[in-house]
Parts: sequence; C-alpha cells; structure tokens
Amino acid sequence: MTFSPELEAKIERMFSQYPPDRRRSAVIPMLMYAQDEIGSVTRELVEEVARRTGITPLAVDEVVTYYSMLHRMPLGKSHVQICTNISCMLNGGTELWEQATRRLGIGHKEVSADGKISLEEVECMGACSWAPAIQVNYDFYHQVTPQKLDEMLTQLGAAR
Amino acid sequence: MPDPVKLTIDGRQIEAAPGTLLINAAKAAGIEIPAFCYYDGYSLQAACRMCLVEVEKTPKMPTACTTPVAEGMIVRTDTEQVRRARKMTLEFLLTNHPLDCPVCDKGGECELQDMVFRYGAGGSRFIENKWHVDEKQWSPVVFYDGPRCILCFRCVRVCNEGMGVGALGIVNRGSVSEIAPNEGDHLNCDECGMCIDICPVGALTSGTYRYQSRPWEMDHVGTICTHCSNGCKTTLGVRNGEILRGNNRDRSGINGEFLCIKGRYGFDFYNHPERLQSPLMRVNGTLQPVAWSTALEAVARKFTETKNAGGKFGVIGSTRTTNEENFYLQKFAREGLGTNNIDHHRSGDVVTLLDALSGRANASLATTADLYTSKAVLIIGADLSLEQPFLAFQVRANFRHHAAKVYVVTPEPVREDKYAARSMRAAGDPIWGALDQMRDALANEAELVILFDDSIKGEGVRRLLEFGTALGKPVKYVALVDYANSRGAVDMGLTPDLLPGYHASPQRGLSLDEMINAPDLDVLWVIGANPLSRADLSASSPFLVVQDMFLTETAERADVVLPAASAYEKSGSFTNVCGEVQRLKKGLDVMGTKPDLEIIGLIAKEMGLAATVGPWIADRVFDQIRRTVRGYDVSLPVIATGGAAQTAPVNGRISSTGRPEMIRSVHNDLFASGTLGRYSKILNSVLEKTEGEVEPIEAVHR
Repeated sequence: MTFSPELEAKIERMFSQYPPDRRRSAVIPMLMYAQDEIGSVTRELVEEVARRTGITPLAVDEVVTYYSMLHRMPLGKSHVQICTNISCMLNGGTELWEQATRRLGIGHKEVSADGKISLEEVECMGACSWAPAIQVNYDFYHQVTPQKLDEMLTQLGAAR
Repeated sequence: MPDPVKLTIDGRQIEAAPGTLLINAAKAAGIEIPAFCYYDGYSLQAACRMCLVEVEKTPKMPTACTTPVAEGMIVRTDTEQVRRARKMTLEFLLTNHPLDCPVCDKGGECELQDMVFRYGAGGSRFIENKWHVDEKQWSPVVFYDGPRCILCFRCVRVCNEGMGVGALGIVNRGSVSEIAPNEGDHLNCDECGMCIDICPVGALTSGTYRYQSRPWEMDHVGTICTHCSNGCKTTLGVRNGEILRGNNRDRSGINGEFLCIKGRYGFDFYNHPERLQSPLMRVNGTLQPVAWSTALEAVARKFTETKNAGGKFGVIGSTRTTNEENFYLQKFAREGLGTNNIDHHRSGDVVTLLDALSGRANASLATTADLYTSKAVLIIGADLSLEQPFLAFQVRANFRHHAAKVYVVTPEPVREDKYAARSMRAAGDPIWGALDQMRDALANEAELVILFDDSIKGEGVRRLLEFGTALGKPVKYVALVDYANSRGAVDMGLTPDLLPGYHASPQRGLSLDEMINAPDLDVLWVIGANPLSRADLSASSPFLVVQDMFLTETAERADVVLPAASAYEKSGSFTNVCGEVQRLKKGLDVMGTKPDLEIIGLIAKEMGLAATVGPWIADRVFDQIRRTVRGYDVSLPVIATGGAAQTAPVNGRISSTGRPEMIRSVHNDLFASGTLGRYSKILNSVLEKTEGEVEPIEAVHR
C-alpha cells in the first residue's frame, strides 16, 4: 500500500535517521502517522509496516496490541480522551468520564452511532497541574468542568 | 584467554571468564539461582524476575541472568531479601495460574511446580477471581493454554532464534498478555514442537500427548530417530507397550534441545491400522496370513532350491535397517546365497567423497558438532532447513553464537538466505560458476564445512574437493543423504561392488536398477525398501520376498511378506549423515513382528546356514562390525552410554566408482519421510493443515 506523498516523505526521512540494520525502530512512528492518515491500524497497514521494516507481521502485532494509542478499529471523528488518573481523579476526572459515557451512551474505546465521537478513558497525559484534563484528537483541554465538557460535546456534534 | 574475573558469591571466592553471566558463574560453582526465562543459548529476556540476587553496592536487586560478573563483585543469593523476592515473584506468577496440576501434562516435570516447591510461599494474598481464557488449538500438534503461561518468552525465542521461523509472539499487555501464533488463530510453521519442549509449564502442549499420561507412568527410552539422516536422539515415552510421545527429555543427544516434527511426532506410523502383524503368503493369487514357521520355511525352501539350481538372486536392502542388519544381510547374501546382487537406494555420493578424501591434506569429514563450531559453512543444493533440519539448526546456532559465515548455493530460495554472508541461485552446471564467484570470499575464511546434496556426485565430488583444497584452508565435508541409516547401508556394503568398509568386491553384482530390469531374476528379496513404487518389475517374474512394516507397492507384489519391526522396536546402531554411530534402544514390541536381523537369521537357520552367518544378536554382530569394517573400531563405552562416535573410513583408495549416476535424493521435506511418512497420521495431518483448514479442537477432559 502507499501513503500520501507527505507521509511517504516523512517515512523516508525517518528511515534515514536509523542505522540501516535497525529499520524496525520506525515501527511505532510509522504506525502512529499512518493511523492518523488511515483512521486505524488495519491488517493491511500491519503487513505494510512489517514489509517496510523487515520484521514479521506478528512482531508488528505485538507492538500494536501493547500500545493503547494504536487502534485496530476506526475511531470517531473526534476522539475524546478523558484522564482518570490520580490528579484528574481527585479533581473530578472520574465524574467527567461518567458524564460523557451517560450523555453519549458509549463506553471505553467505543464510537457513537453517527461516527462523530469516540470515547477513551486514558492514563496520565502529563497535565496534572491543570487537572482534570481532556484530550480531543491532539488538542488539550485543561481544568475541565462538567459544564465545559457538556458544551464541548455539543460542539463536537453530540446529540442532546 | 583474558584474565578471569574474581568475585564472591555467598561468601565463596569464584573465578569466571569476563562476560560470564552471574547466573552461569554461580551454576559453575554449584550455586543454583532459579530462573524461568533464562535459557542457555538464547537471547536474554529478564522477564520472569525469578533470578534476583543481592549485589553489594547495587541499590536494587539485579537479575542474575543479565548481569555479567565484575571484578570484586560481592553477590548473595540466599538472604532473607532474596528469599522474599522469590516468594513474591512466584506469588505473582501464580496469580492467574489455574493450578490444574492434577490434569496438566506437565505435572511432575514442571519447572513452576518445582520452583514453588523449593522457593514458593505457602499461601497467596490474591483473592480475586483468576483470569481465564479457553485453551486454543493452533495446529494439529500445538495447543496453547493461556492462563498456565508465565510469559517467559522461551517459546518465542526458540521459534525465532533457534528455528528461524518466528511463528510466535506475545500480544497485549500486563496480565492479559498471551502468546499468539503468526496466522491469527493458527500456526503456519515447521510444527517442530520446540516451543512445547522448552515451555517450563504446561502452557504449550502437544497434540499427540496431551491428557494421555502422567510422566512417571512411562518408560523413557532414549533412541535414535528413524526418519532423516541427521541422527537426532529422541526419547520415547512408552507406557504398556505404547509410544505416547517423543521428546528430548534430557537433551543428551548430539541434537541438544533440537527435534523436528518427525522426531517428536513421527513415531505414530508404528501403530497405523495397516501395520503388518502377520506373515503373508500368496495362496491362489492372493496374500493370506500364515504362521511364521510356514512363511520362513517357504522362503528357505525357495532360496535353497534357487541356490542349488544356480539361479539368480537379487537383494535390495534398506536405508532404515540397522548397521547390524545391513552387515548381516550382505554377509548372508554374499556368503550364504553366493550373490553380489545386492544394493539399496542411494541418495548421496558418500563413496566418491570417501575416496577423494583419501590422502588429501586439510580435508576430512565433518561431524554435526563441526557445523556449530566451524567459522564458515557452505551449503550446496539442499534446502537444509527442510531436508536436514538438525544440520540447519546447528548452522543457525553457529551463526547466532559465533557469527559464522554462511554461504548458500541452491536452486530455490532457502531459509538460510536470511543470514547468509552470500546466497546464490544455481542448479546443475551453473553451481560451479557460483562457486567460482565465491572462491575469494571462501579462501578468506579460516576454515570451512561444505555440505552438498545429490546435485554433486561422481566427478563432481572430486571437482568439489579440488575446489576445497585450492582454497588452502582446512575443509570438512558432508555428503547429504536421505534416511536414518543411508550412510550405514553403504558403509556396511549394501552395494553390488563394495564390501563392508569400502573394500572392493572381487566380483561386481547387479545394481538396484539392473536387478529390477534383469530378464532372468529367480528370487528378489527386498528388506525395508519399496523399489516398485517407482519402477516396474516387468522384465521377469521372480519369487519376491519382502520384509516390511506395511503392504507397500513392492509388498503387494510379493510371494511372501514378512512383517518387520521398526527401528523403535529393536536394538542396533545407526550411522548418521556425518558418519556418527549411535545406538538404538528398543522401546517396545509390536505383536507379530520381528526385527529384520532375526528374520534374516531365521531364514539362514532354516537353510542350514546359521554357522555361515553367525548369531543374529545385535551386540555380537556389532562386535564383528567393529573388528572388520574399516572406520568402525569406535569406542564402545561412548556408544554404549548413548554417545555418538564418528567413523572415518577414509585413507584407503576405493577401487570402485560406486556408480554415482544411480544416486538420487528424494529431497523429503519436514513433513515427508518416504514410506514411514505415508503411514504417519501426524505428518499427514500437518500437510492437510498447511493446505486447508485447521482441524477442529478435540474434546478434552478437564
């Protein structure tokens, strides 16, 4: 399979940064970037990454199944990640998580029926000073309140 | 040698070579550091945390399996802290472990059981429900029980590094991690079962053995595999006259921890429903069961009549009978029947190699151990990983441990390409061109082992040795052959022109093809071979006597069929592809059959020739072989204690060409093994699997 010219160039650059016999070093970044472009880590992608890095598809699967930020199923258009780790939990993260699941009617790593929003309960995102924190795709939202979350979800297209 | 490092373990002064891992330094000093994931010869994992020890001035306890010794290091392996750590590690390992030891195959020979017994705590603080998933069948021979798995990565490493297959991995994270096969829900691999053997617990189990027996109910009979020519030791688990498993229990053979599917599972031909268990005689055109005495008498009568009438005999021997049987057979043929018409199916040009080695400096025969130690290896023709799996395993280990340079000249892509210093595709004459291109690189190696298959024979072998000598380095050779005693058959003189030990026969007899095509053959006696599967006996209609385990194409045509014992049912010796002699150990009797040695002896006795051929006792015949066959004066204690001794019948010109044009290898792959393979359910089930669906999971009792 081929990626967009931009991604192809990015991958090319990546390989040039690793020693020639360490092509497998590119497995994780390749998967991350390609996931952003394709929407999820498909079987085809796994095989492509294996081919390009010279390892077995199973060895790529080991990585894919290990890391929670690599998704084998497509996510919603907006992927809402709510932290319930210690700092966020102490500041209401768990309540935010419950609020979101109630309103959207979906759970961990599930996608709303219209495909607009997916939910994920995540571990620490390194934003403890501004807990509770939420990440939507690659954007951070700090010191989120139940009200802010409600508005956020409405903006992202959640039904009332 | 660099100076040894001095360190202290448990108060004892110890010396070890620099780079030695703490776990091995302790072991050498007789101090056990327990570990699951550490396995000698494979990459380090430090996954199980069982080998934690105290090292002075190191704040946290390091893993002894990854810590090299250092000068002045002070190590303690038996302190309260270490003991506590071991208890807790085991407590964690048992968190989800089902403790179904009473029905687990591994019970009684389980490393986890042993460790918990010695180092474990009496109780567990975990009161949560155990995580459970059902066991999975990944192939006809490999089953996986996830909850039993302690995630030591041994199977993953042995498959990847040892076998070069890489069919296993570990997916997911934390307590739900599990081993996964390469095809999602099933395995596409060599089906060698190495992962099962190396598993310290009962997570990976064998399709043939699972839920069959407790290990202590079986006799463990260490014998030599009867399939390919590599001569691996396989330990048969025998209970009440039944073989339940083959494995590599004590790793004491030349093959160390290695066994392929044939050695591990391919024993099952022995109780195939079509196994012959009574002599058969042709009565009114059809084969009818008869008593042994009737059959032997008929054969002896016909043999005597033919001999007295000056008739023509043809004798075709086997590549799977023992040295003793082969020696005895040719002696009977030559001295008893007075014929040199004796041959067998030859698959590699051993004769020319031995002759060409005579008097040549810097050239000799390689042992299987040489394949692991030689600085360089050249493989010509064979797809080594499929056809000679143990030799390939040795070469891979040599590359892994010693960075050996591997050179490959084969017609098709092979597994060795992946790590070869140079791989070239060539068959027939272009092989020489490829070798020419490799010449400079090969000449730069300090030493070399050359393995060649039947694409190099006759003058080709001499040319190859010239090539080797011209490199100016010590070169050792292996002429690859097909079957368990292919090498022994030619050593023992199952040839029309060579006596045992490669002495020329005063009179040349008929070769295999000549016998089949002779218009005036009176008797054809076939022992453990199936020549009529690929040739037609149309030129003449001799009295055909066949000794075999099955009603092969040849046996179907026979006048008398005598049911023979398999290699697992008799004593004797085999000589492997490298000329290493090893002793067979009888595992069981199969009712109605007799070893070929006894059958031949009984025919001789019936003919009144017992005095000519001598007693049909394997040890007595072997003694005669040792005294009379060139190269076979091997050390008895080595053989008797289950070791391998290399025969080197070289340094004497061989006055015969050995008719190299008749040499043809059948190039059996991992899942084929001539007649035996046809009657092995397991080998065939795996074949079906690779072409189609996985067999449904079998019902198991829990």
